[in-house]
Parts: sequence; structure tokens; C-alpha cells
Amino acid sequence: MNAKPLELLSELQVDALTELVNIGVSRAAASLREMVQEQVHLSVPSVQLVTRGRAIEILAEREISNLVAVHQVFEGDISGRALLIFPEPKSLELVRAITGGDLPLEDIIELEQEALAETGNILLNSCLATIANMLHRSLKMSLPEVLRGDARTFFSLAPPPEAGDVVMFLYINFEVRKRDISGYIAMIMDLPSLTALTHLLDEFIARTTGELAP
Amino acid sequence: MAYKLLIVDDSKLARMSAAKALNALHPEWTRVEAANADEALALAKGGSFDIALLDFNMPGRDGLDLAAALRMENPTMPLAVVSANHQDEIVARAKAIGAAFLPKPLTEASLRTFLQGAVTQLEAAKT
Repeated sequence: MNAKPLELLSELQVDALTELVNIGVSRAAASLREMVQEQVHLSVPSVQLVTRGRAIEILAEREISNLVAVHQVFEGDISGRALLIFPEPKSLELVRAITGGDLPLEDIIELEQEALAETGNILLNSCLATIANMLHRSLKMSLPEVLRGDARTFFSLAPPPEAGDVVMFLYINFEVRKRDISGYIAMIMDLPSLTALTHLLDEFIARTTGELAP
Repeated sequence: MAYKLLIVDDSKLARMSAAKALNALHPEWTRVEAANADEALALAKGGSFDIALLDFNMPGRDGLDLAAALRMENPTMPLAVVSANHQDEIVARAKAIGAAFLPKPLTEASLRTFLQGAVTQLEAAKT
């Protein structure tokens, strides 16, 4: 949490947002654990408000190989994108873990696209639905889409940002150590949504702490 | 009898939420807060609380490591690990340490059940 534009949100708002993401991703990890039958380890989530360029750099610093992402757009009071991102070589391992591991390689490759979309759908929905419920809002989620490329591809998807070039970049690392699988969940929101988000966070904080919204 | 509850969570909001639930259930109890495992262990050396609520996913040592360390200090203190991450391994480790597992977001109802058990245990230990 060391990026400059973070002053758009108060310390308590950032705290509340991080906690929402933590709860959302923790539930998603429990779903993934059921799918792969192995423990899933999570990092402490990080929330940053950064420029699009910086978000690309952050992801590029962590992963050099080609990436695969499952991507879903969410719309409602707040709109944005959620991405489940893996280094490309790990995505086949994930499919193998989910399908039970007895399938020959050619079948796994054939199944990869569909299995990734479905896994992404379950994880991202679990995470976003938890967050939406806690904010007392509903979010409409698009169908999952599997993308291949690098950080720049994922963060420059059409349509281009409406205003400003600041995105909220939330990321959390997850690992299935026994399977050597690891990846990230990232969420991106543009500035107009960020203003709406601050109001929702204030309401959430007021409900949680029992105090009236300012 | 009024007890003292330790709340450990790196999120200030989560600590406020737990404090709100505690206040609704036992307004006469007091609480101490810690933002990480090291702070909690420093408080434990002073023996300044009776029951502890521990967040699982924290920077540094996680809530299960902290529960194990608190267990070494005090083999009978009622402990609960609080997390939305209800994976079998995590729930099982909490159980092995002798800590309850409470789902996050923490509700008054689940805190009530845990605290009832904790009070029964503490009262029994005194007689």
C-alpha cells in the first residue's frame, strides 16, 4: 500500500476495502480447495491506486513468462474488471488438478480453455458476490473470457478508460504448493467507479462499526 | 463476571466490528487490541486478557501460528481463529491447537456461542 494516489481514499476506507477483498478471496480459496482437493495458500491482499502504466509494471515485475487470464466484467454502482491470472505453464497444471490427474495431455489441452473459464467463473464470482453482498449492492457479471498475453494486454482492454488514468489495483497471490500452482486475483476499477466506491465503503464502515455515516 | 477479550486483526475495521459485537453481548467486558501476532504476544506476557479472537490472514505470523504460541503461554485460555477461509486444513489446525473456528465476517450469533463456551470453561477452571 505504498502508491501515491491512495489519498483519494481515507485510511479507514482502504482498510475496509482490503478487508472486503480478504474475505471475498478467502471464500474463493475455500471453493478452489474443494476443486483441487489440496490446501490453497493465500497472501495478505494489497490494494493500490496506481496509474495504468504502474499496474502493468507491477505485474510484469512479478511474472516474466506469458500469462493466461480469466477475465470478467462487473457492472452496477461500481464497474470494473476482475482477473484471475496465471503464468501460462501453470494453467495446464491447474486443469490437471481439477480434473483429477488421470487424463492424457491431449485431453487436458483440449479441456484447458473450458476448465479455465469455469474455474475463473467460480473463483471470481465467489469473490465478487461476497464483496457485493457486504456492500449491500448487486453486481452484474459478464461471462468469463480466457485471455492470453502479458500485463499490458490485460490492462489495456477495450473500451478505454473513461476518465483519468488511475486504476485501483487489488492483488492477492494464491498457491497450491503440492501442485506447484500459483496465480493472482486482480481487480481494476476506473476513477468514476472509485467515487461511487467511497460512498459504498462509508456505508459499509458505518454498518460494521455501528456508527452513523458521516 | 467481566472478562477481558483480546482482538487481534491487521484490519482496524475488523477490530471495530468485533468490538461492536462484544459491546452488544457483554457491555461490561473490557477489550485489548493488537494489529499483529508480535503485539499480541507482548500483551500475553503481561497476562492481560482472558479470551482471544485471532484473525487468520495477517502479515507476519498468521493467526494459527499465533494461536499455537498463545497456547504455549497459557494451555487453557479460550481461543478462536476468525477467517472467511474455511478450508479443511485450516479448520483442522485450529481444532488441533484447541482453538474454535469462527467465520468472517464475524456475527454476534457466532461470537455469542463462542463466548458462552469460553465463560463456562473459565468459570469451571476457577472451582
